[in-house]
Amino acid sequence: MAVDAGALEAGPPIRRARLRLSGFLWRRPWLKALGLLALPLLVFLLVYIGSLAALVVSSFWTANSFTATIEHTWTLANYRLIFSTSQPYLHIAALTLEMAAAVTVTDAVLAFPLAFFMGRLAGRRTRAVLFVMVLLPLWASYLVRVYAWQTILAHNGAINWWLNKLGLPDQNLSYTNWAMWIVFSYVWLPFMVLPVYAALERIPESYLEASADLGARGFKTLRSVILPLALPGLVAGSIFTFALTLGDYITPLLVGGPSSQFIGNVVYSFVGEANIPFAAAFATIPMLIMGVYLLIARRLGAFDAL
Amino acid sequence: MRRIRKRHVFAVAVVAAAATAAALTAATVQAGSGLPTKIGKGEGRLNLIEWTAYSDPSFANKFEKQTGCIIHRKDAGSSGEMFALMHANGGGGGGQYDLVSASGDASLRLIYAHDVKPINIKLIPSWKQFLPAFKSPPHNTVDGVHYGVSVQWGPNTLIYNTKKVKPAPKNWSVIYSKKYRGHITIPNNPIQIADAALYLEHTKPSLGIKDPYELTQAQLNAAVKLLKQQKPLLKRFWNYAPDEETSFKNGDVWLGAGWPYQTLQLKAAHVPVKEIVPTPTTGWADTWMLASKAPHPNCAYKWMKYVTTPQVEAKQALVFGETPVNPKACPYMNKIKKGSCAGYHLNEPASYYKTIKFWKTPIPQCGWTKKQTCTDYNAWEQAWTQIKG
Repeated sequence: MAVDAGALEAGPPIRRARLRLSGFLWRRPWLKALGLLALPLLVFLLVYIGSLAALVVSSFWTANSFTATIEHTWTLANYRLIFSTSQPYLHIAALTLEMAAAVTVTDAVLAFPLAFFMGRLAGRRTRAVLFVMVLLPLWASYLVRVYAWQTILAHNGAINWWLNKLGLPDQNLSYTNWAMWIVFSYVWLPFMVLPVYAALERIPESYLEASADLGARGFKTLRSVILPLALPGLVAGSIFTFALTLGDYITPLLVGGPSSQFIGNVVYSFVGEANIPFAAAFATIPMLIMGVYLLIARRLGAFDAL
Repeated sequence: MRRIRKRHVFAVAVVAAAATAAALTAATVQAGSGLPTKIGKGEGRLNLIEWTAYSDPSFANKFEKQTGCIIHRKDAGSSGEMFALMHANGGGGGGQYDLVSASGDASLRLIYAHDVKPINIKLIPSWKQFLPAFKSPPHNTVDGVHYGVSVQWGPNTLIYNTKKVKPAPKNWSVIYSKKYRGHITIPNNPIQIADAALYLEHTKPSLGIKDPYELTQAQLNAAVKLLKQQKPLLKRFWNYAPDEETSFKNGDVWLGAGWPYQTLQLKAAHVPVKEIVPTPTTGWADTWMLASKAPHPNCAYKWMKYVTTPQVEAKQALVFGETPVNPKACPYMNKIKKGSCAGYHLNEPASYYKTIKFWKTPIPQCGWTKKQTCTDYNAWEQAWTQIKG
């Protein structure tokens, strides 16, 4: 109570000081910006850019082959090893890249009709139900879902059980690249559905009517009106599916086969062996790939809605 | 041979350099050893990097009560992870960890990276009772200096599904044969190269392999070639012990390399499996090693003293599914579970241990020929990535 009384008494001077401060800041907008942005900017620079810079710098060092002591001499040795054709690293990077592309295309094909139905055809209730169904998997741990797929794909799992019921022979899906493709397409699907839905939902009904009035049939409208307008959404979604697949290492570990090493797995195993410089060098590869990908995405208008 | 050629000079130089390096290492080791002569008062805390259940409450609680050293655990998933944890924050356990339960494929790396320090083995009375093979094994003792105390071991076994694999396999050749293509699993671990090398030692004597952990480049290449041929036969590489169990349970895998621990787990889950310990085979042995920057050395010594006593050795062996290094644990094992001492091969004659080649980190210095330079762990790791790539 004493504090309250004190505050009341000090009211007018505090008010005056506050006004002065606000006037001071109003005259100096840069100071206002600094006050608002300093902390997030500092964190961004230190934590985000700083760690990336440290990563890139350490990729030019080497670790002593046996004791793992980091030797701080500048060398391109790590990169030479990665790009050497007698080494497996380019092959591993290619597999990762191909899988990311395949998953992205699959998710786009699966997500488009679903998002179209949700955004333009479904009633409010159906739409809500579909939303929940798309988002539901995200509420469970990623790890749990991958393990669930391990059982579904297993030799005596659900898929082979159904195939046998239909009189078809067992398929050896588990621990293969096909298994990885299925699981990746499943786990990242929501990240494609949502941006495509947002893009499709935004298309004004009048555009479609105009297209019909001008004599375009359904397919022509889809190709010339809907798809171009949905493209930014598809590209935005593809950034998620592509980047998430590119950086993953758990799915290859759990459902991949003997030849399913990803960039992430190699990075993980070299970090595990305390060879940070090589891991850092290999980790810059997906960074470069994503950089190029984002540039292309920007040209295709993925960030226009931001 | 009469004229001295450049390559002779070079060979001499290499040997001299290696000898100098070895001498220097030994010298620094000796110089840095101010070994304690008695165990002081406990510091109230003990930080372990361990394999899961290596300080299981069933025997660790009593230790905490007796000594007042409260245990804080960091479970590691692989030998590589253990090494990385010990090597982080300036190495030597980073001033945070006291002990690490390193397996043979990491222990020499820890020693040569100075992450662990010599111990006074006289302060661990049970050591005198150990099986001779584990008193001063090459994976934790360098030039007579002990860098830790052996704790438990186990052979690498061949596990197979009795319904699918007929006739019962007799040796490792079955995991390299096409008969069970697509139903085989092996561990995802560079030290697996030693298994291939051991197989080649006996099937291809012309390679001249003397020690599966000391391979020349040519011998390493031969092992890599064998593993590359084996890869199309594999269902998968297993990463963690439960991975292999899952693959056996759901019928994807029929046979593979594993540990007695997994056989026990699978049998408990009523999966029709059996294991054999082929002759020869590889094996692992774990050592509690003292971090060079251990903040609680007295508690660490108390722990090493405690876990090697027969009663505790027996308990840990049966919790984890492994074999004590202290044969006095035998009656205590049988007391907990009848016949378990024989089941875990603790009552075998000394010749038995000769047939098991225990994990040892590959290092450049060859023990069997001073003239050649062996491939080190880093080379094995690169080779392993290449095999899987």
